[in-house]
Amino acid sequence: MKEITITTNKITNIVNGHFHAWGWEVPVYLFLGGLTAGILLISAIMAISKQKSKFTLSTEKLSLWAPIILSLGMAALFLDLKHKLYVWRFYTAFEITSPMSWGSWILLFVYPLSFFLILSTIRKAYPKLNKFTESLLLKIKLDKFYNILIDFSEKNRKKIAFTVIPFAIALGVYTGILLSAFGSRPFWNSSILGPLFLVSGLSSAVAAVILFSKEHSEKEVFTRIDLGLLIIEVIFIIFLIIGMASSSIQYKKALNLILGGPLTAPFWIFIFSFGLLLPGFFEVLELRGKKIPSAIAALLVIAGGLFLRFIIVEAGQMSGWLTY
Amino acid sequence: MKKYGMVIDTKSCVGCGACVVACKTENSVPEGLHRDWIVEEVTGKFPNLFMEIRSERCNHCSDAPCVSTCPTGASHIKEGSNIIKVDPDKCTGCQACVVSCPYNARFVMPEGYVSKCTFCDHRVEKGTDPACASVCPTHSIVFGDLNNPLSRVSRLLRSRKYKTLVPEAGTEPNVYYLL
Repeated sequence: MKEITITTNKITNIVNGHFHAWGWEVPVYLFLGGLTAGILLISAIMAISKQKSKFTLSTEKLSLWAPIILSLGMAALFLDLKHKLYVWRFYTAFEITSPMSWGSWILLFVYPLSFFLILSTIRKAYPKLNKFTESLLLKIKLDKFYNILIDFSEKNRKKIAFTVIPFAIALGVYTGILLSAFGSRPFWNSSILGPLFLVSGLSSAVAAVILFSKEHSEKEVFTRIDLGLLIIEVIFIIFLIIGMASSSIQYKKALNLILGGPLTAPFWIFIFSFGLLLPGFFEVLELRGKKIPSAIAALLVIAGGLFLRFIIVEAGQMSGWLTY
Repeated sequence: MKKYGMVIDTKSCVGCGACVVACKTENSVPEGLHRDWIVEEVTGKFPNLFMEIRSERCNHCSDAPCVSTCPTGASHIKEGSNIIKVDPDKCTGCQACVVSCPYNARFVMPEGYVSKCTFCDHRVEKGTDPACASVCPTHSIVFGDLNNPLSRVSRLLRSRKYKTLVPEAGTEPNVYYLL
Protein backbone atom coordinates (compact mmCIF):
# COMPACT_ATOMS: atom_id res chain seq x y z
CA MET A 1 0.00 0.00 0.00
CA LYS A 2 1.01 3.60 -0.38
CA GLU A 3 -0.99 6.29 1.33
CA ILE A 4 0.00 9.92 1.42
CA THR A 5 -1.63 12.39 3.75
CA ILE A 6 -0.97 16.10 3.65
CA THR A 7 -1.82 17.20 7.15
CA THR A 8 -1.44 20.93 6.93
CA ASN A 9 -3.58 21.89 3.99
CA LYS A 10 -0.67 22.41 1.70
CA ILE A 11 -1.33 22.79 -1.91
CA THR A 12 -3.34 25.85 -2.64
CA ASN A 13 -3.45 25.17 -6.37
CA ILE A 14 -5.21 21.85 -5.96
CA VAL A 15 -8.71 22.09 -7.39
CA ASN A 16 -10.95 19.05 -7.82
CA GLY A 17 -8.12 16.73 -6.83
CA HIS A 18 -5.34 18.00 -9.06
CA PHE A 19 -3.02 20.94 -9.55
CA HIS A 20 -4.76 23.76 -11.34
CA ALA A 21 -3.25 27.19 -11.95
CA TRP A 22 -4.46 28.12 -15.43
CA GLY A 23 -8.14 28.30 -16.35
CA TRP A 24 -9.90 28.91 -19.68
CA GLU A 25 -7.94 32.08 -20.47
CA VAL A 26 -4.65 30.38 -21.39
CA PRO A 27 -6.07 27.83 -23.88
CA VAL A 28 -8.20 30.55 -25.48
CA TYR A 29 -5.10 32.75 -25.82
CA LEU A 30 -3.06 29.87 -27.25
CA PHE A 31 -5.81 29.12 -29.76
CA LEU A 32 -6.28 32.72 -30.86
CA GLY A 33 -2.49 33.23 -31.02
CA GLY A 34 -2.18 30.16 -33.26
CA LEU A 35 -5.12 31.32 -35.38
CA THR A 36 -3.45 34.71 -35.84
CA ALA A 37 -0.20 33.01 -36.86
CA GLY A 38 -2.15 30.97 -39.40
CA ILE A 39 -3.96 34.04 -40.77
CA LEU A 40 -0.70 35.94 -41.16
CA LEU A 41 1.00 32.97 -42.81
CA ILE A 42 -1.81 32.56 -45.33
CA SER A 43 -1.97 36.30 -46.04
CA ALA A 44 1.81 36.51 -46.48
CA ILE A 45 2.06 33.42 -48.66
CA MET A 46 -0.82 34.62 -50.83
CA ALA A 47 0.89 38.02 -51.18
CA ILE A 48 3.97 36.28 -52.52
CA SER A 49 2.09 33.68 -54.55
CA LYS A 50 1.54 34.30 -58.25
CA GLN A 51 -2.14 33.32 -57.95
CA LYS A 52 -3.04 36.57 -56.28
CA SER A 53 -5.51 37.65 -58.92
CA LYS A 54 -7.94 35.09 -57.51
CA PHE A 55 -8.93 34.36 -53.94
CA THR A 56 -10.18 37.73 -52.68
CA LEU A 57 -10.53 36.72 -49.05
CA SER A 58 -7.15 35.11 -48.45
CA THR A 59 -5.18 37.50 -50.66
CA GLU A 60 -6.72 40.82 -49.79
CA LYS A 61 -9.10 40.74 -46.83
CA LEU A 62 -7.84 38.11 -44.41
CA SER A 63 -4.92 40.06 -42.91
CA LEU A 64 -7.30 42.54 -41.24
CA TRP A 65 -8.47 39.77 -38.92
CA ALA A 66 -4.97 39.15 -37.54
CA PRO A 67 -4.61 42.08 -35.11
CA ILE A 68 -8.28 41.79 -34.10
CA ILE A 69 -8.05 38.10 -33.22
CA LEU A 70 -4.64 38.57 -31.60
CA SER A 71 -6.03 41.38 -29.46
CA LEU A 72 -8.87 39.12 -28.30
CA GLY A 73 -6.26 36.53 -27.37
CA MET A 74 -4.20 39.13 -25.54
CA ALA A 75 -7.34 40.20 -23.67
CA ALA A 76 -7.83 36.59 -22.53
CA LEU A 77 -4.19 36.47 -21.44
CA PHE A 78 -4.60 39.73 -19.55
CA LEU A 79 -7.61 38.27 -17.72
CA ASP A 80 -5.42 35.36 -16.66
CA LEU A 81 -2.85 37.62 -15.00
CA LYS A 82 -3.33 37.80 -11.26
CA HIS A 83 -1.25 40.96 -10.80
CA LYS A 84 -2.78 42.88 -13.69
CA LEU A 85 -1.42 46.36 -12.96
CA TYR A 86 2.09 45.01 -13.48
CA VAL A 87 1.46 43.74 -17.01
CA TRP A 88 3.93 46.34 -18.35
CA ARG A 89 6.70 44.40 -16.62
CA PHE A 90 6.72 42.03 -19.62
CA TYR A 91 8.40 44.85 -21.52
CA THR A 92 11.00 45.89 -19.00
CA ALA A 93 12.94 42.65 -19.39
CA PHE A 94 13.93 40.11 -21.97
CA GLU A 95 14.53 36.75 -20.32
CA ILE A 96 16.22 34.54 -22.87
CA THR A 97 15.23 31.28 -21.12
CA SER A 98 11.56 32.22 -20.76
CA PRO A 99 9.28 31.34 -23.70
CA MET A 100 6.69 33.74 -22.28
CA SER A 101 9.21 36.57 -22.54
CA TRP A 102 10.01 35.58 -26.13
CA GLY A 103 6.28 35.54 -26.87
CA SER A 104 5.76 39.02 -25.43
CA TRP A 105 8.45 40.47 -27.67
CA ILE A 106 7.33 38.49 -30.75
CA LEU A 107 3.86 39.99 -30.31
CA LEU A 108 5.39 43.44 -30.29
CA PHE A 109 6.76 42.79 -33.80
CA VAL A 110 3.67 40.97 -35.06
CA TYR A 111 1.34 43.94 -34.56
CA PRO A 112 3.16 46.52 -36.76
CA LEU A 113 3.98 43.88 -39.36
CA SER A 114 0.35 42.86 -39.62
CA PHE A 115 -0.65 46.53 -40.00
CA PHE A 116 1.75 46.93 -42.92
CA LEU A 117 0.27 43.80 -44.49
CA ILE A 118 -3.25 45.21 -44.03
CA LEU A 119 -2.26 48.59 -45.50
CA SER A 120 -0.84 46.88 -48.58
CA THR A 121 -4.38 45.88 -49.64
CA ILE A 122 -6.67 48.21 -47.70
CA ARG A 123 -7.54 50.47 -50.66
CA LYS A 124 -8.75 47.50 -52.69
CA ALA A 125 -10.10 45.21 -49.98
CA TYR A 126 -11.72 47.65 -47.59
CA PRO A 127 -12.37 50.94 -49.44
CA LYS A 128 -14.97 52.11 -46.88
CA LEU A 129 -12.71 51.38 -43.94
CA ASN A 130 -9.87 53.13 -45.75
CA LYS A 131 -11.94 56.27 -46.32
CA PHE A 132 -13.19 56.23 -42.76
CA THR A 133 -9.64 55.91 -41.39
CA GLU A 134 -8.47 58.65 -43.73
CA SER A 135 -11.22 61.00 -42.58
CA LEU A 136 -10.42 60.29 -38.93
CA LEU A 137 -6.72 60.93 -39.50
CA LEU A 138 -7.53 64.10 -41.42
CA LYS A 139 -8.81 65.61 -38.18
CA ILE A 140 -5.39 65.21 -36.59
CA LYS A 141 -3.61 66.03 -39.86
CA LEU A 142 -2.08 62.57 -40.19
CA ASP A 143 -3.90 61.61 -43.40
CA LYS A 144 -0.86 62.36 -45.57
CA PHE A 145 1.35 60.19 -43.38
CA TYR A 146 -1.28 57.46 -43.58
CA ASN A 147 -1.27 57.58 -47.37
CA ILE A 148 2.53 57.52 -47.43
CA LEU A 149 2.37 54.37 -45.30
CA ILE A 150 -0.16 52.81 -47.68
CA ASP A 151 1.96 53.70 -50.72
CA PHE A 152 5.01 52.23 -48.98
CA SER A 153 3.13 49.04 -48.05
CA GLU A 154 1.70 48.59 -51.55
CA LYS A 155 5.12 49.04 -53.15
CA ASN A 156 6.84 46.71 -50.69
CA ARG A 157 4.04 44.17 -50.30
CA LYS A 158 6.22 41.17 -51.12
CA LYS A 159 9.06 42.31 -48.87
CA ILE A 160 6.60 42.83 -46.01
CA ALA A 161 5.12 39.39 -46.66
CA PHE A 162 8.59 37.79 -46.55
CA THR A 163 9.23 39.55 -43.22
CA VAL A 164 5.87 38.47 -41.81
CA ILE A 165 6.45 34.76 -42.51
CA PRO A 166 9.21 34.09 -39.91
CA PHE A 167 7.34 36.10 -37.27
CA ALA A 168 4.08 34.27 -37.99
CA ILE A 169 5.88 30.92 -37.72
CA ALA A 170 7.55 32.08 -34.49
CA LEU A 171 4.17 33.12 -33.07
CA GLY A 172 2.54 29.80 -33.97
CA VAL A 173 5.43 27.69 -32.67
CA TYR A 174 5.72 29.82 -29.52
CA THR A 175 2.15 28.97 -28.47
CA GLY A 176 3.27 25.34 -28.22
CA ILE A 177 6.79 25.92 -26.89
CA LEU A 178 5.27 28.01 -24.10
CA LEU A 179 3.87 24.76 -22.72
CA SER A 180 6.60 22.35 -23.79
CA ALA A 181 9.26 24.33 -21.89
CA PHE A 182 7.69 23.30 -18.58
CA GLY A 183 9.77 20.26 -17.68
CA SER A 184 7.78 19.73 -14.52
CA ARG A 185 4.59 18.97 -16.48
CA PRO A 186 5.33 15.74 -18.38
CA PHE A 187 2.31 15.98 -20.69
CA TRP A 188 3.57 19.29 -22.05
CA ASN A 189 7.25 18.50 -22.05
CA SER A 190 7.54 17.61 -25.76
CA SER A 191 8.92 19.93 -28.42
CA ILE A 192 6.42 18.51 -30.90
CA LEU A 193 3.82 20.81 -29.28
CA GLY A 194 5.49 23.72 -31.10
CA PRO A 195 4.96 22.40 -34.64
CA LEU A 196 1.63 20.79 -33.61
CA PHE A 197 0.19 24.12 -32.45
CA LEU A 198 1.59 25.88 -35.51
CA VAL A 199 -0.06 23.40 -37.88
CA SER A 200 -3.25 23.43 -35.83
CA GLY A 201 -3.34 27.25 -35.90
CA LEU A 202 -2.74 27.22 -39.64
CA SER A 203 -5.47 24.61 -40.09
CA SER A 204 -7.93 26.75 -38.10
CA ALA A 205 -7.07 29.79 -40.23
CA VAL A 206 -7.52 27.75 -43.42
CA ALA A 207 -10.88 26.56 -42.07
CA ALA A 208 -11.85 30.19 -41.41
CA VAL A 209 -11.07 30.99 -45.06
CA ILE A 210 -13.24 28.06 -46.19
CA LEU A 211 -16.00 29.24 -43.89
CA PHE A 212 -16.09 32.86 -45.04
CA SER A 213 -14.89 32.71 -48.64
CA LYS A 214 -17.49 33.44 -51.30
CA GLU A 215 -15.45 31.98 -54.15
CA HIS A 216 -15.84 28.31 -54.94
CA SER A 217 -12.29 27.96 -56.31
CA GLU A 218 -10.83 29.48 -53.12
CA LYS A 219 -12.90 27.14 -50.94
CA GLU A 220 -11.73 24.14 -52.98
CA VAL A 221 -8.01 24.97 -52.87
CA PHE A 222 -8.14 25.68 -49.14
CA THR A 223 -10.07 22.47 -48.52
CA ARG A 224 -7.18 20.58 -50.16
CA ILE A 225 -4.67 22.47 -48.03
CA ASP A 226 -6.66 21.78 -44.87
CA LEU A 227 -6.81 18.08 -45.61
CA GLY A 228 -3.02 18.01 -45.79
CA LEU A 229 -2.74 19.97 -42.54
CA LEU A 230 -5.15 17.63 -40.75
CA ILE A 231 -3.02 14.64 -41.82
CA ILE A 232 0.12 16.39 -40.50
CA GLU A 233 -1.67 17.10 -37.21
CA VAL A 234 -2.63 13.44 -36.82
CA ILE A 235 1.01 12.46 -37.46
CA PHE A 236 2.27 14.99 -34.89
CA ILE A 237 -0.22 13.71 -32.30
CA ILE A 238 1.05 10.17 -32.93
CA PHE A 239 4.62 11.47 -32.43
CA LEU A 240 3.53 13.13 -29.18
CA ILE A 241 2.09 9.84 -27.96
CA ILE A 242 5.14 7.80 -29.05
CA GLY A 243 7.42 10.27 -27.27
CA MET A 244 5.58 9.92 -23.99
CA ALA A 245 5.03 6.16 -24.31
CA SER A 246 8.77 5.56 -24.76
CA SER A 247 9.86 7.83 -21.92
CA SER A 248 10.11 7.48 -18.14
CA ILE A 249 7.29 6.54 -15.78
CA GLN A 250 6.07 10.11 -15.20
CA TYR A 251 5.57 10.55 -18.94
CA LYS A 252 3.78 7.21 -19.21
CA LYS A 253 1.50 8.27 -16.35
CA ALA A 254 0.87 11.55 -18.15
CA LEU A 255 0.02 9.67 -21.33
CA ASN A 256 -2.43 7.53 -19.37
CA LEU A 257 -4.54 10.65 -18.90
CA ILE A 258 -5.63 10.22 -22.53
CA LEU A 259 -5.21 6.44 -22.71
CA GLY A 260 -7.71 5.23 -20.15
CA GLY A 261 -7.54 8.20 -17.77
CA PRO A 262 -10.04 11.00 -17.20
CA LEU A 263 -9.24 12.86 -20.44
CA THR A 264 -9.54 9.83 -22.72
CA ALA A 265 -13.05 10.51 -23.96
CA PRO A 266 -12.64 14.27 -24.55
CA PHE A 267 -9.32 13.75 -26.32
CA TRP A 268 -10.30 10.93 -28.66
CA ILE A 269 -13.87 12.05 -29.28
CA PHE A 270 -13.67 15.84 -29.45
CA ILE A 271 -10.12 16.34 -30.72
CA PHE A 272 -9.16 13.23 -32.65
CA SER A 273 -12.55 12.18 -34.04
CA PHE A 274 -14.65 15.36 -34.31
CA GLY A 275 -11.72 17.75 -34.73
CA LEU A 276 -9.47 15.81 -37.12
CA LEU A 277 -10.85 12.58 -38.61
CA LEU A 278 -14.44 13.65 -39.23
CA PRO A 279 -13.66 17.00 -40.90
CA GLY A 280 -10.94 15.23 -42.91
CA PHE A 281 -13.52 12.67 -44.04
CA PHE A 282 -16.00 15.41 -44.98
CA GLU A 283 -13.29 17.26 -46.90
CA VAL A 284 -12.42 14.14 -48.88
CA LEU A 285 -16.12 13.74 -49.78
CA GLU A 286 -16.35 17.43 -50.75
CA LEU A 287 -13.31 17.15 -53.00
CA ARG A 288 -14.89 14.09 -54.63
CA GLY A 289 -17.90 16.21 -55.53
CA LYS A 290 -20.34 15.17 -52.82
CA LYS A 291 -22.64 17.98 -51.81
CA ILE A 292 -21.74 18.59 -48.19
CA PRO A 293 -21.79 22.14 -46.81
CA SER A 294 -18.13 23.10 -46.45
CA ALA A 295 -19.02 25.00 -43.28
CA ILE A 296 -19.48 21.72 -41.37
CA ALA A 297 -15.86 20.57 -41.80
CA ALA A 298 -14.56 24.11 -41.27
CA LEU A 299 -16.47 24.59 -38.01
CA LEU A 300 -15.37 21.16 -36.77
CA VAL A 301 -11.73 22.02 -37.49
CA ILE A 302 -11.97 25.34 -35.63
CA ALA A 303 -13.76 23.76 -32.65
CA GLY A 304 -11.21 20.91 -32.67
CA GLY A 305 -8.34 23.42 -32.58
CA LEU A 306 -9.85 25.18 -29.58
CA PHE A 307 -10.51 21.89 -27.83
CA LEU A 308 -6.95 20.72 -28.50
CA ARG A 309 -5.61 23.65 -26.46
CA PHE A 310 -8.14 23.13 -23.67
CA ILE A 311 -7.38 19.43 -23.28
CA ILE A 312 -3.60 19.84 -23.54
CA VAL A 313 -3.52 22.72 -21.05
CA GLU A 314 -5.63 20.65 -18.67
CA ALA A 315 -3.64 17.43 -19.19
CA GLY A 316 -0.37 19.23 -18.50
CA GLN A 317 -1.65 20.54 -15.21
CA MET A 318 -2.90 17.08 -14.27
CA SER A 319 0.53 15.59 -14.90
CA GLY A 320 3.53 16.11 -12.66
CA TRP A 321 6.51 14.54 -10.91
CA LEU A 322 5.00 14.31 -7.46
CA THR A 323 2.69 11.44 -6.69
CA TYR A 324 0.47 13.65 -4.54
CA MET B 1 29.02 32.35 -2.39
CA LYS B 2 26.77 30.80 0.19
CA LYS B 3 24.80 27.76 -0.86
CA TYR B 4 22.05 27.48 1.67
CA GLY B 5 20.32 24.19 2.23
CA MET B 6 18.04 22.50 4.66
CA VAL B 7 18.45 19.03 6.11
CA ILE B 8 15.31 17.52 7.59
CA ASP B 9 15.43 14.39 9.71
CA THR B 10 12.50 12.16 8.81
CA LYS B 11 13.42 9.83 11.71
CA SER B 12 12.82 12.45 14.37
CA CYS B 13 10.11 14.60 12.75
CA VAL B 14 6.78 13.91 14.43
CA GLY B 15 4.71 16.07 12.08
CA CYS B 16 3.57 18.44 14.83
CA GLY B 17 3.21 21.30 12.35
CA ALA B 18 5.11 23.83 14.49
CA CYS B 19 7.22 24.70 11.42
CA VAL B 20 4.07 25.51 9.48
CA VAL B 21 2.66 27.74 12.22
CA ALA B 22 6.03 29.46 12.77
CA CYS B 23 6.34 30.21 9.06
CA LYS B 24 2.85 31.60 8.83
CA THR B 25 3.45 33.82 11.85
CA GLU B 26 6.93 34.98 10.85
CA ASN B 27 5.99 35.79 7.26
CA SER B 28 2.36 36.83 7.76
CA VAL B 29 1.19 34.20 5.29
CA PRO B 30 -2.53 34.80 4.61
CA GLU B 31 -5.21 32.39 5.72
CA GLY B 32 -5.50 29.30 3.56
CA LEU B 33 -2.01 29.66 2.11
CA HIS B 34 1.18 27.93 3.23
CA ARG B 35 4.87 28.27 2.48
CA ASP B 36 5.61 24.92 4.13
CA TRP B 37 3.52 21.88 4.88
CA ILE B 38 3.66 18.38 6.36
CA VAL B 39 3.39 15.19 4.33
CA GLU B 40 2.82 11.83 5.97
CA GLU B 41 3.58 8.94 3.67
CA VAL B 42 2.65 5.40 4.69
CA THR B 43 3.97 2.50 2.60
CA GLY B 44 4.07 -1.29 2.98
CA LYS B 45 1.59 -4.02 3.79
CA PHE B 46 -0.03 -4.53 7.18
CA PRO B 47 1.48 -5.27 9.65
CA ASN B 48 4.76 -4.21 8.04
CA LEU B 49 3.94 -0.57 7.54
CA PHE B 50 6.43 2.26 7.31
CA MET B 51 5.65 5.89 7.92
CA GLU B 52 7.72 8.83 6.79
CA ILE B 53 6.89 12.34 7.90
CA ARG B 54 8.32 15.22 5.93
CA SER B 55 8.19 18.96 6.43
CA GLU B 56 8.19 20.23 2.83
CA ARG B 57 8.75 23.62 1.21
CA CYS B 58 10.39 25.27 -1.80
CA ASN B 59 13.61 23.38 -2.53
CA HIS B 60 15.57 26.48 -3.64
CA CYS B 61 16.79 24.40 -6.57
CA SER B 62 20.22 25.04 -8.07
CA ASP B 63 18.69 24.66 -11.54
CA ALA B 64 15.40 26.38 -10.79
CA PRO B 65 12.76 26.24 -13.56
CA CYS B 66 10.75 28.94 -11.78
CA VAL B 67 13.61 31.39 -12.41
CA SER B 68 14.27 30.36 -16.00
CA THR B 69 10.60 30.48 -17.05
CA CYS B 70 9.77 33.82 -15.40
CA PRO B 71 9.23 36.34 -18.22
CA THR B 72 9.96 39.45 -16.17
CA GLY B 73 12.83 38.48 -13.88
CA ALA B 74 10.50 38.69 -10.86
CA SER B 75 11.48 35.19 -9.85
CA HIS B 76 15.19 35.55 -9.14
CA ILE B 77 18.18 34.23 -7.23
CA LYS B 78 19.18 36.48 -4.34
CA GLU B 79 22.62 37.92 -4.91
CA GLY B 80 25.42 36.15 -3.08
CA SER B 81 23.32 33.09 -2.31
CA ASN B 82 21.12 30.43 -3.87
CA ILE B 83 17.93 31.64 -2.20
CA ILE B 84 15.14 32.01 -4.73
CA LYS B 85 12.82 34.92 -4.21
CA VAL B 86 9.97 36.73 -5.95
CA ASP B 87 9.99 40.48 -6.47
CA PRO B 88 6.30 41.50 -6.16
CA ASP B 89 6.99 44.73 -8.09
CA LYS B 90 8.05 42.74 -11.14
CA CYS B 91 5.53 39.87 -10.87
CA THR B 92 2.62 39.94 -13.32
CA GLY B 93 0.90 36.95 -11.75
CA CYS B 94 1.18 34.98 -14.99
CA GLN B 95 1.91 31.85 -12.92
CA ALA B 96 4.58 30.50 -15.27
CA CYS B 97 6.68 29.83 -12.15
CA VAL B 98 3.75 28.21 -10.34
CA VAL B 99 3.26 25.80 -13.24
CA SER B 100 7.00 25.17 -13.66
CA CYS B 101 7.64 24.08 -10.06
CA PRO B 102 7.71 20.27 -9.80
CA TYR B 103 7.04 20.59 -6.04
CA ASN B 104 3.92 22.78 -6.36
CA ALA B 105 5.58 25.05 -3.81
CA ARG B 106 4.32 28.36 -5.16
CA PHE B 107 1.01 30.11 -4.73
CA VAL B 108 -0.65 33.40 -5.58
CA MET B 109 -1.09 35.93 -2.80
CA PRO B 110 -4.47 37.69 -2.45
CA GLU B 111 -2.76 40.81 -3.88
CA GLY B 112 -1.99 38.89 -7.09
CA TYR B 113 1.74 38.29 -6.96
CA VAL B 114 3.34 34.89 -6.45
CA SER B 115 4.89 33.90 -3.15
CA LYS B 116 6.72 30.99 -1.55
CA CYS B 117 9.35 30.03 1.05
CA THR B 118 12.32 32.41 1.17
CA PHE B 119 14.36 30.36 3.69
CA CYS B 120 13.46 33.38 5.88
CA ASP B 121 16.31 35.30 4.27
CA HIS B 122 15.53 38.33 6.43
CA ARG B 123 16.44 36.21 9.45
CA VAL B 124 19.37 34.52 7.74
CA GLU B 125 20.87 37.96 7.02
CA LYS B 126 20.94 38.56 10.76
CA GLY B 127 22.60 35.21 11.39
CA THR B 128 19.52 33.42 12.76
CA ASP B 129 17.84 30.28 11.47
CA PRO B 130 14.65 30.34 9.40
CA ALA B 131 11.54 30.38 11.59
CA CYS B 132 10.67 26.75 10.87
CA ALA B 133 14.12 25.50 11.92
CA SER B 134 14.22 27.66 15.02
CA VAL B 135 10.95 26.32 16.48
CA CYS B 136 11.22 22.63 15.61
CA PRO B 137 10.75 20.90 18.99
CA THR B 138 12.64 17.76 17.88
CA HIS B 139 15.43 19.74 16.17
CA SER B 140 14.63 17.90 12.96
CA ILE B 141 15.13 20.90 10.69
CA VAL B 142 18.73 22.01 10.25
CA PHE B 143 19.67 25.00 8.10
CA GLY B 144 23.09 26.06 6.90
CA ASP B 145 25.68 26.62 4.19
CA LEU B 146 26.24 23.54 2.05
CA ASN B 147 29.47 25.07 0.69
CA ASN B 148 30.97 25.11 4.16
CA PRO B 149 32.24 21.59 4.94
CA LEU B 150 32.16 22.37 8.67
CA SER B 151 28.50 23.42 8.75
CA ARG B 152 26.00 21.13 10.47
CA VAL B 153 24.13 20.52 7.24
CA SER B 154 27.34 19.40 5.46
CA ARG B 155 28.31 17.16 8.36
CA LEU B 156 24.85 15.57 8.50
CA LEU B 157 24.90 14.87 4.78
CA ARG B 158 28.34 13.25 5.16
CA SER B 159 27.30 11.06 8.07
CA ARG B 160 23.73 10.05 7.27
CA LYS B 161 21.81 8.52 4.39
CA TYR B 162 19.58 11.03 2.69
CA LYS B 163 17.34 11.70 -0.28
CA THR B 164 15.92 14.67 -2.11
CA LEU B 165 12.38 14.87 -3.51
CA VAL B 166 11.93 13.84 -7.15
CA PRO B 167 15.61 14.37 -8.11
CA GLU B 168 14.64 12.97 -11.53
CA ALA B 169 12.91 16.29 -12.25
CA GLY B 170 16.46 17.56 -12.70
CA THR B 171 16.17 20.76 -10.70
CA GLU B 172 18.95 19.97 -8.17
CA PRO B 173 16.94 20.63 -5.00
CA ASN B 174 18.66 21.91 -1.85
CA VAL B 175 16.31 20.48 0.75
CA TYR B 176 17.54 17.08 1.95
CA TYR B 177 15.68 14.42 3.92
CA LEU B 178 17.63 12.18 6.28
CA LEU B 179 16.54 8.55 6.17
